[in-house]
Amino acid sequence: MVDARGYSCPMPVVMVQKAVKGKDPDTLEVLVDNQCSVENVTRFAKNSGYQVTVSDYDGDFKLILKK
Amino acid sequence: MEKESFLKRYGLLIAAGVVVGAAAVLLTAYGNPANMGFCIACFLRDISGALNFQRAGFDAEVGTGIVQYLRPEIMGLVLGAAIVAAVKKEFRPKGGSSPMLRFIIAVFVMIGALVFLGCPLRMVIRIGGGDLNAVVGLVGFVIGILIGIAFLKRGFSLQRAYKQTMAEGVVFPGVMVVLLALLVAAPSFIIFSKSGPGSQHAPWALALVVALVVGAVAQRSRLCMVGGIRDAVLFKDFRLVSAFITIIITVMVGNLIVGNGLTFSFTDQPIAHNEALWNLLGMVLVGWGSVLLGGCPLRQLILAGEGNTDSAVTVTGFVVGAAVAHNFGLASSATGIGTGPVALAVVCGFVVLAVISAANMAKVEV
Repeated sequence: MVDARGYSCPMPVVMVQKAVKGKDPDTLEVLVDNQCSVENVTRFAKNSGYQVTVSDYDGDFKLILKK
Repeated sequence: MEKESFLKRYGLLIAAGVVVGAAAVLLTAYGNPANMGFCIACFLRDISGALNFQRAGFDAEVGTGIVQYLRPEIMGLVLGAAIVAAVKKEFRPKGGSSPMLRFIIAVFVMIGALVFLGCPLRMVIRIGGGDLNAVVGLVGFVIGILIGIAFLKRGFSLQRAYKQTMAEGVVFPGVMVVLLALLVAAPSFIIFSKSGPGSQHAPWALALVVALVVGAVAQRSRLCMVGGIRDAVLFKDFRLVSAFITIIITVMVGNLIVGNGLTFSFTDQPIAHNEALWNLLGMVLVGWGSVLLGGCPLRQLILAGEGNTDSAVTVTGFVVGAAVAHNFGLASSATGIGTGPVALAVVCGFVVLAVISAANMAKVEV
């Protein structure tokens, strides 16, 4: 789980990059609080070979990354 | 893995680059200073002058300084972004992410920009105008971004932001509305330069409309001058940098179309000096500081329009930095660097950025 709420880009992507690098998890949950981060994390995740689903999370966004 | 089409990936950003580049050429054709159709640093500096925070080049006979004007481009950018953000439900007041650190960084980013004579956007516009001094600035800008990235990779981050009230978020766009009203009403306590760059401006209504469009486009595309090079290096993501390049090409083509010609040289470029060391170092400060802030001055205006009060504080820091730069003789002019302690200010800037960078490398919670 990466909680990147409160962080602006590029921090959320940096945090996801760190969580994925070397560990290569099959699934990863990411929380962000702005649309720009949703777009950037989604793009990064897709380029890293993940499928991404976005859902509402108490007014913020929850992204589920799956291999 | 699904592959994004080229158009889907780069379309919006290339379109944004064309809009921004064309807007810059258009506003210069209608009266803005040469190679300064758009410049966030210069325009915030002019606003600081209009409010009498500085009156650089004051001429007793004329009665005004040379860089005093309420540039409606700034208000238009913020309000254009605010309107689109509101429509798209992206207006979300938030703040509290190290506001004073952002303020201090912003002051030095502005000093760096005024040593070079332009924000990253004007740097790109100057390159499009054939000003090779701006290419030197670009080298410094890239060096600054690389330094910033080195800290990002080692865990640099300012503190997280929190949701704030709607009242907090609308203050900055509200201030922009007030500034617009002051521009139109033109009361005598607001100073408008009668000579120099501050006296050169496109009709305010045209500048406002163009800026509203650019603000809207910049909000949708997340356009950022520092983000382009940063993301290319950090994530091998070339979307934002495609806009950066598109602006240069559009400005070049635009200059040829409107008959400004295109002469590549270091000398006799409008509102520029050719002291390479200072062009370079000024932009190192801008690049490094902007990475720490998370975006270039243009992007800070757009974020402030989305209700981000940290960015609003940052813009306030830019305005203060502009006043400091002119009141202490740090800002350059066409004749060269300022007559004040420029070297001292730039060195102080590097020390401050280094301390802030090093002191905020606390581990990001993952």
